[in-house]
Amino acid sequence: MMRLLQALFLALLLAGPALAAVGDPAEQLPDPVLEERARAIGRELRCMVCQNQSIEDSDADLARDLRRIVREQVAAGRTDAQVLDYLYDRYGDFVLLRPRFTLATALLWGMPVIALLGGGLLILAMRRRAPAAAPAELTEAERARLSRIEDGSDRPIGGVGGTAANGPKA
Amino acid sequence: MIPELGHFALALALALSLAQAVFGLWGAQRAEPRLMAATAPLAIGTLIATGTAFACLMWSFAVNDTTVSAVVQNSHSAKPMLYKLTGTWGNHEGSMVLWVLILALCGGAVAGFGRKLPSTLQARVLAVLALVAVGFLAFILGTSDPFLRVWPPPMDGQGLNPILQDPGLAFHPPLLYLGYVGFSVTFAFAIAALIEGRVDAAWGRWVRPWALAAWSFLTLGIALGSWWAYYELGWGGYWFWDPVENASLLPWLAGCALLHSAIVVEKREALKTWTVFLALLAFGLSLLGTFLVRSGVLNSVHAFANDPARGVFILFLLMVYVGGGFALFAWRAAAMAPTGVFAPLSREGALVLNNLLLCSIAAVVLVGTLYPMFADLILKQKISVGPPFFNSATLPLVVPLIGAMALGPVLPWKRARLWPALQRLWWAALGALAALLLCLALEGQRIGPALGFAAAAWLILGAAADIADRIALFSRPRAALARARGLPRAAWGGAIAHAGLGVMMLGLAGMGLATDRLALLQPGQSASLAGYDYRLDNVQDVAGPNFSARRATVTVTRNGRDVVVLTPERRSFPVGRMTTTEAAIHTTWLSDLYVVLGDERDGGAVLRIHHNPLAPWIWFGAAIMALGGGISLSDRRIRVSAPAAKLARGEVTA
Amino acid sequence: MSEATAPDTPNPWRRRALLLVPLVVAGGAGLGFYAMLRGLGTGSYDPRGVPSALIGKAPPDFSLPPLEGADRPGLSAADLHGQGRPVLVNFFASWCVPCVIEHPQMMRLSRAGVPVFGVAYKDKPQDSLGFLQRHGNPYARLGVDLPGRVAIDWGLYGVPETYLIDKSGVIRWRWAGPVTEDTLTQDLEPLLRRYA
Repeated sequence: MMRLLQALFLALLLAGPALAAVGDPAEQLPDPVLEERARAIGRELRCMVCQNQSIEDSDADLARDLRRIVREQVAAGRTDAQVLDYLYDRYGDFVLLRPRFTLATALLWGMPVIALLGGGLLILAMRRRAPAAAPAELTEAERARLSRIEDGSDRPIGGVGGTAANGPKA
Repeated sequence: MIPELGHFALALALALSLAQAVFGLWGAQRAEPRLMAATAPLAIGTLIATGTAFACLMWSFAVNDTTVSAVVQNSHSAKPMLYKLTGTWGNHEGSMVLWVLILALCGGAVAGFGRKLPSTLQARVLAVLALVAVGFLAFILGTSDPFLRVWPPPMDGQGLNPILQDPGLAFHPPLLYLGYVGFSVTFAFAIAALIEGRVDAAWGRWVRPWALAAWSFLTLGIALGSWWAYYELGWGGYWFWDPVENASLLPWLAGCALLHSAIVVEKREALKTWTVFLALLAFGLSLLGTFLVRSGVLNSVHAFANDPARGVFILFLLMVYVGGGFALFAWRAAAMAPTGVFAPLSREGALVLNNLLLCSIAAVVLVGTLYPMFADLILKQKISVGPPFFNSATLPLVVPLIGAMALGPVLPWKRARLWPALQRLWWAALGALAALLLCLALEGQRIGPALGFAAAAWLILGAAADIADRIALFSRPRAALARARGLPRAAWGGAIAHAGLGVMMLGLAGMGLATDRLALLQPGQSASLAGYDYRLDNVQDVAGPNFSARRATVTVTRNGRDVVVLTPERRSFPVGRMTTTEAAIHTTWLSDLYVVLGDERDGGAVLRIHHNPLAPWIWFGAAIMALGGGISLSDRRIRVSAPAAKLARGEVTA
Repeated sequence: MSEATAPDTPNPWRRRALLLVPLVVAGGAGLGFYAMLRGLGTGSYDPRGVPSALIGKAPPDFSLPPLEGADRPGLSAADLHGQGRPVLVNFFASWCVPCVIEHPQMMRLSRAGVPVFGVAYKDKPQDSLGFLQRHGNPYARLGVDLPGRVAIDWGLYGVPETYLIDKSGVIRWRWAGPVTEDTLTQDLEPLLRRYA
């Protein structure tokens, strides 16, 4: 029963995005520069009732309301950071599509550097092995076998170094 | 009757796979030629059984057999036949059957094309493929049986999500699965190599075609999905860094690194550990994607019906295959001794850098995708990681990668000097600079698109420079054509694939310059954008096979001359109770004109008009990349493995 | 397998350790996924739920007009503390199906003497009135938020939502979705006792 109710609740919330995400010309800001700023801010804000969409990409009621708020704030002269803060105060971390840099997200934001440095160190560490030590001297039996191979009386097995007829040129 | 047959066929496939796994592993371990020889026919048998099961399921969908619960839940008699058929895989159960079918196809292909492989290797590869099949067939039969019956049968099915009734989306899963599951073959080769304790140039040569094939299909599958999102979802977006999209990108990145790394194993017998690891990783990431989509731990539009019980089963399979693979790797990889030595600045060095960058990008995407889930679990914090993060975090890694993509192919093996290599690329660098400056001059301070155009020029001209250098076009032009004909296809394939990415960058840069306009128009009114005028003529009711719609007729003119008439629609589907938008798109070589119909108010209609310069090149570029992969694949040298030596009676090839 | 050379790596154990890393990472991730799956079953892990940003803070400043014909005073921020006991604020609408389903629980709470304050979210006044006449009016105070702006100040993202505010006027709990009987007995009643 609980599941059904939750599903109904969600169905209600999600009914919006299925419609055309078109928007309303009347809600756009008259100044194109401000409108572009409002859009850029909107792309940083998550539509809370949709699946991984920003408020600019969704036509849910909530998204529309939030777009209106963003435009009001921008028209009132707030900076981008102030507008984002306004919504962060009300909705928390979840509404920001670009997570804030905190201790909790340090690993996330540090990942490019960690991966690159870590990988680089790994490569260096593996290379520091004795560079493919020269093969040990052949034993007598192995020497004999080698000469038999070279004579062609003992074919190699497997792939590498087959007869010249079939070895592909690098 | 047919569903019963299908069900039986699945069980038969499970039994055959089990036998294949046991015979293959035991036979190879004991060097028993008869056991090993049995694996290939068993693989063919599994293929026939799985194919039969899939055909039975498809038949049930085709005739709308409402005694089958999968059909009832996902189909409807009013659906057009094409979508009835493709609806076979448009649901969890059917798509799993498609998954194992492709796995069986891969097994059959290894059985058929791999006759020249050493018998122990082929037996082990087939055995590992069969092990994977056993796991997933057990999963299907245990938790996701598509042939479950419903009695008494309802009058009709409950219909499919209308958004999925679309040609692009219908064919997106098969292509994607050919990619995901194709990497199971490279996985199997890696496991076999670890068991055997040997990775050599021959192994590199055998692995590369499979990696190429899987990667090419995955490229097409991802591109098709992205193109579908662009024309269907109605706001011109084509990549959202959605967790499920990322789940397809991750194996693509690992597979890309794999197919490059395998070249080094083949040519220089180096990077063995890396390559084996990448082969394990690529399939592991495919399986991770399968888990994320079907288990319910993710919050995403793409996720199938969520069932934690199924999730546990898939997680178990994931741990067995990936954990087992990595455990084997930790245990055995130390035994693989590389013999190739190379200087840091060399083609090998460039490929190491390539591996590093691709794996770093994959790591960033992986961590970004999983972070919200793990933050919720461990820190009890809900954070969102969206496109702004992914774009910012991957860009610093993509830029050097693009730089290396043109430089790598012109470096010689083993040891290179930087200046001569750069000299070969001077006109690519010049072209990139020119593109950058041209874009800044024409479009203003739009640094993103400008860099995109520069990158595109660098890649395309760099690929041309690579080919020109190989055929000595400028130094010895007379014989250049003959040399071009003699150039191995793998060289052409590589250059074309790199150029394909350049073409895709053109499209991406162009989209960065896209503009749009929102207007409420009365019939007869026009709005203009980017030199085109869009006149709304009227809005009418139309009816489709299983929907009713409002259709707007928009005439597009330029300088007074008619260009095209576009008809965007808003469709209502009574059975699914959903409404979708159908954007009207006019594609030319240079741009897409994209119109979406919105609300109707006050006697008029809201239209959103987009001008997307160079948009078609995004997917065109992806197709070129896949073409490059295909051309490489057709290189005879790659497909012909060295023949195993004639054997003394009863002897076994190593 | 030809072991032609003993690779005289300076540190074979380091290499072994490095080779173990993928397994360790995969194992850790696997444990995490398993915990998530278990949590999905028990409800402790909910990928779709969103916590309120206002927990532990005072409610935003607001003042909403009363609903004409409902015979209840309007609602403002000042009413939310100084009651001597915790209060509930319930956002609802007549067009919201789960609100109908949870309404009996609201009635039950109000009959038990818990102060329940209502906010009609984006609802035409006559529709709200009809809703209350049909299903009962549990609200001691009732505000009308037709544009929905006050709701956004509360961090609302759908209806119904219910907030528990303690005696000192601090928000302690937010439930998004209908308050079912289970929610009432398992979550809300213990909290009401705790903050009494």
